[in-house]
Amino acid sequence: MRVVFKKSYDPDIDLHEHGWSRGKIVVLLGIMILLPFFVGEYYLAEAANTLIWALAGMGLMIAVGHTGQVSLGHAAFLAIGAYTDAALMNVGMPFWVALPAAGIVAGVFGAVIAIPAVRMSGIYLAIATLAVFVIVEELVILLEPITGGVGGIMAPTITFFGISFDRYGELENFYWLTLGIVALVTWGYANLMRSPTGRSFLAVRDSEVSARALGINVTRTKSLAFGLSSGVTGLAGALMGHYIGFFNYELFSIFISINLLLVVTIGGLGFIQGAFLGAILITGMPQVIAILRDNLNASTGIDIGSIPGLDTMLFSVILILFIIFEPTGLYGRWLKIRTWFEIFPLARRDMFRRQKSYLKTERMK
Amino acid sequence: MELLQLVIGGLANGCIYGLVALGFVLIYKASEGVNFAQGDMMMLGAFIALGLGNSEQAGLPFGLAVIIAIVLMFGIGWGVERVVVRRIFGQPQFALVILTIALGFVFRFVAGSIWGYTPLVLETPFAGMNLRGGGIVISVSDLVTIAVTVVLTLALWAFFAFTKIGLAAQAASQNQMAAYIVGVPVMRINSLIWGLSGAVATVAGVLYATRGAIDPNIGLLGLKAFAAAVIGGLGSLPGALLGGLIIGVVEPVAGRYAPGELAKMSPYIIMLLVLVTRPGGLFAQIQMKKV
Repeated sequence: MRVVFKKSYDPDIDLHEHGWSRGKIVVLLGIMILLPFFVGEYYLAEAANTLIWALAGMGLMIAVGHTGQVSLGHAAFLAIGAYTDAALMNVGMPFWVALPAAGIVAGVFGAVIAIPAVRMSGIYLAIATLAVFVIVEELVILLEPITGGVGGIMAPTITFFGISFDRYGELENFYWLTLGIVALVTWGYANLMRSPTGRSFLAVRDSEVSARALGINVTRTKSLAFGLSSGVTGLAGALMGHYIGFFNYELFSIFISINLLLVVTIGGLGFIQGAFLGAILITGMPQVIAILRDNLNASTGIDIGSIPGLDTMLFSVILILFIIFEPTGLYGRWLKIRTWFEIFPLARRDMFRRQKSYLKTERMK
Repeated sequence: MELLQLVIGGLANGCIYGLVALGFVLIYKASEGVNFAQGDMMMLGAFIALGLGNSEQAGLPFGLAVIIAIVLMFGIGWGVERVVVRRIFGQPQFALVILTIALGFVFRFVAGSIWGYTPLVLETPFAGMNLRGGGIVISVSDLVTIAVTVVLTLALWAFFAFTKIGLAAQAASQNQMAAYIVGVPVMRINSLIWGLSGAVATVAGVLYATRGAIDPNIGLLGLKAFAAAVIGGLGSLPGALLGGLIIGVVEPVAGRYAPGELAKMSPYIIMLLVLVTRPGGLFAQIQMKKV
């Protein structure tokens, strides 16, 4: 167990608890930067995909994990981001204008949606976002001049300073660009969570009434959090558009929203690390299933590839098992394992026992 | 005349939305959880009835097949509560939301692997029978749908208003701990209510199947039914039915007189409007939250 000896107040508000944790982040970032030199094209593309999912997951994490607002419609903000970016670049805007614009448009849209929606409590907000998702999906088809309607739209190649960031031609460049954006957003997110604004998010999540009593403007905090959340998701949407290359409204189905929820829940609600772990799981799982399927087919002759919908089913079962047995997600499990090692002989089984809670109604008379 | 025809078809459709919404409301009333798998439970119920009743499958008489399907789905709903939902007792509400969405996918997979993904038609004794009068055609299945819905809603309302178990369920939803203390078997009541909502879902599914072909993806209708439940105010039985009827009628009328995409959006636009103007739905149940 590490004891941090504090000589001033700075370590209390520092982003990293101690130098070692800062070092770990630097090492991780270094490995990620050097990745293109070690792995092949295929795995690099998967890594870029994972980073994009992690970015989208971070977006949803602000709302679900840190402010306690469940959204079932975040695919809508991915779509808004992707279409804004692609449409702006198709009329000749450079990428460094189109990408922030995608984030801002999605963010403002999210915040505007959130202002009436935050008056609703928990479950109603989830439903309202679902409705927004359906409406956005239909709007995409209606606004054909901008979005290409059912036919779809092409996300042009990113170039600035004469360097091409084409996803197929210059995959390394695209990967580094994605990594840079994800690293910047993560850094901003981590810093946000130690600012008064971030702390007020947590206060609102834990108890709205107490937060209000402490002088937090709950409505403003909630819509700010939702706006930020959808803005980050919009950025991820823009990158996803470039990653896919050519897309139509079907890319952003309700399943994407659910996969995003899967990312944050399985990863670990309320932890930034959780978004990354969840993204690794969700992009890695189909590959693992495909490999297992091929092996099974080669060794025993059982062809499970012919069963439609098996992937979705497996995802669902994993999700159910996680919610029942490990509601804190992968990162929560890691924390438990780490604590076990840190305090080695002293760990006890009931240390992380959940407190029993009872449901109290929201319908008070 | 055309409008009247649309409205009658819409009413029958709305009854089905209303019935699925009743399933939501039942569970919400008893445990304040929301079961997003309700639409898929409806789908599963319809398929079980089809598997038992169709001549090339088990071939039982229609009435018997429906009754067995209802009993089976009661068991499935009860079992889901017993095996899965009970374990997340006391976790935040959205855990149940995510859990039931996942359950819905599992149901869809099960139905898809047993009955396949091509649309199937349920054989009913009143298929193709129509009543004509004054330029309007009313199919018998529409009438049956409306009649069954009315009877079922009244029965459920009476169940919650007058029976001991119904009152106990309401008590359990308002304060679980207090309900425990006064001797309400909260867990058992939850199982019962989930079973009941499975049975209601089966009725909705069979009625839906009398009006057209079914495939494992009809569970997505649950989303519209959800909108119906929210419009009525979650937790209000007549509200759910009213919400279903509003959506059922507005949809075909909008489809006839407005551009196509608007008709698809209409249930959700109505829901958003209701949520913005009356956050608790038309029959609001939420008052100020206490600490």
